[in-house]
Amino acid sequence: MSLAKITSVSGRGVPVPGNDIDTDRIIPARFLKAVTFDGLGEGLFADARKAAMAAGSVHPLDDARYRGAGILLSGANFGCGSSREHAPQAIRKFGLQAVVAESYAEIFFGNATAIGLACVCAAREDIARITAAVEQDPAVELTLDLVDRKIHFGGKSVPLTLRDSARDALINGRWDPIGELLEGREAVAATASRLPYLAPVKK
Amino acid sequence: MAQSLFHKVWDAHRVRTLANGQTQLLIGTHLIHEVTTPQAFGMLRDLGLKVAMPHRTFATVDHIVPTDRRTEPFADPLADAMIRELRRNCAEHGIVCFDLNSGRQGIVHMVGPEQGITQPGTTIACGDSHTSTHGAFGAIALGIGTSQVRDVLATQTIALGPLKVRRINVEGRLRPGVYAKDVILHLIRTLGVNGGTGFAYEYGGAVFDRFSMEERMTVCNMSIEGGARVGYVNPDETTFAYLKGRPYSPAGAAWDAAVARWKAVASDPGCPYDDVVTFQGEDIAPTVTWGINPGQGIAITDNVPDPARATAVDEKAAIEEALAYMKLKPGAPLRGTRIDVAFLGSCTNARLSDFQEVARHLRGHRVAPGVKAIAVPGSQLVSLACAAQGIDQIFRDAGFEWREAGCSMCLAMNPDKLVGDQLCASSSNRNFKGRQGSPTGRTLLMSPLMVAAAAVTGAVADAREIFQVR
Repeated sequence: MSLAKITSVSGRGVPVPGNDIDTDRIIPARFLKAVTFDGLGEGLFADARKAAMAAGSVHPLDDARYRGAGILLSGANFGCGSSREHAPQAIRKFGLQAVVAESYAEIFFGNATAIGLACVCAAREDIARITAAVEQDPAVELTLDLVDRKIHFGGKSVPLTLRDSARDALINGRWDPIGELLEGREAVAATASRLPYLAPVKK
Repeated sequence: MAQSLFHKVWDAHRVRTLANGQTQLLIGTHLIHEVTTPQAFGMLRDLGLKVAMPHRTFATVDHIVPTDRRTEPFADPLADAMIRELRRNCAEHGIVCFDLNSGRQGIVHMVGPEQGITQPGTTIACGDSHTSTHGAFGAIALGIGTSQVRDVLATQTIALGPLKVRRINVEGRLRPGVYAKDVILHLIRTLGVNGGTGFAYEYGGAVFDRFSMEERMTVCNMSIEGGARVGYVNPDETTFAYLKGRPYSPAGAAWDAAVARWKAVASDPGCPYDDVVTFQGEDIAPTVTWGINPGQGIAITDNVPDPARATAVDEKAAIEEALAYMKLKPGAPLRGTRIDVAFLGSCTNARLSDFQEVARHLRGHRVAPGVKAIAVPGSQLVSLACAAQGIDQIFRDAGFEWREAGCSMCLAMNPDKLVGDQLCASSSNRNFKGRQGSPTGRTLLMSPLMVAAAAVTGAVADAREIFQVR
């Protein structure tokens, strides 16, 4: 199994500002009633988008200026709440390749990385600068350079941070760990043999 | 060297270090349900793999199960397809399923403990963030995504980085009318919804020493709402007494050996922690959320915050957004706010002791006109125990609808949902926008007795006054 080496991600940005954006908001539970991940893209921020429309405004994801954006910009503790992998799946199925936020909730971050969705962190004021640039000119191209740990936009650049293990997994094309986990079969058996509770019990 | 339970369990289950520096961690117990597994079994099939340890994999159905009419096929064809898919996968891979007709079905985080599957010193994973519940037994219990469910099915392991350990002491005593739910809501509002990021929470101190297993589960359950992926309590005699004689608990000589292991896995006295915080039980009041995340809570005696008084720009914006969504007035008391729905259920608070405690106070009271009140046992065993003790009748007499076991109105994947902008007094764990099924529905998190107080008065109330709790 060979996975793409994700050394950088380029695309236009779409700001979805706010802190503590939870996975229920990213993908409402009704979209989880399915036995596949297909079609999740349309559920991305579905209720927030509808609410914006009802209030006579437009959600950034529906804003024509940001159509075709590849990088979502947000705040702190992005993806808190439910462990639903449907959240990063919906982000990717919508057509986004990466997220730039101040910080992430743990489970979301792990789920996103495992499907090759790059979630990088940047300082609040840097995200504000990128957002301002994007709002001023939605055509501005962002490049997340995971190797050099920099975000380039409109001739400027700011630092990004990314947990070492996730950075390694993305840039070396081992973000889906299944292959490596399977290779550990014998070591798993050895560890399991030392744990009495794992022995099959006759019932 | 003195070690915490977290590090002992981690070390015992560490398989090896992966190329990116993460640990390949053995998962001893895999709990599965209908919502987050169909895609994982599909991936397993695509890879041509089998379940590595079917005898360490246990299934039940909870999220999509209707709690009123459970005759199949379900009215919702999508729900019906999901339950059939789970059955097919369990049958194909030889996995035990505590199904609707088993008498042991329920919310996955209740079934594990009830069956004695959840044990100290083990690692547990489940495709559900409230898996942290099982930490009440001194297990390292992790909520995981669907790709990781696939990883556990295929290899019985996951790739995971280390966590730091924060010891949280709650000393002293809780005042009358203050419950485990109030403890965790208080901890979250104090430490923040992302205060636990990167940490396992170890709960202890006099209050936890006295807590029953069910109370410990309520607290561990909501660890994730504080950002902590894992929460646990060291195993003690209370733990062992709970587990003795359960279907999957060790028996005979194996029981004694297991108890010796369980005692040894508890954190050593004087072991180092990455952080220690201490609370005083007497400082904790009945706590209610007013906002759109579980950290936005206040003591029932306090007023909703006023954004004009916020000290940080972020805080001001967060309060304004929450109050606008919740349709609450800044600086006003929450007490007296009319509610539409009262929900007593969920993996946080749908255990026997929750219903016993409410029933003790509910006799002689009636649900207020115009309030829809539903009580949903978390498992069939709780349902049976309530029936045997006449608790279901007390709820019915008071005007509650008494339902069958499931996740119900906690998360809106079944017919139990809020409508429009209904305001719900809820014993569940999340008050996110739209969480209870209506995109404009509003949730106030609180203890079961506070839910009952709201139900009978038709408005948010201090249960200590309504039920003369002294």
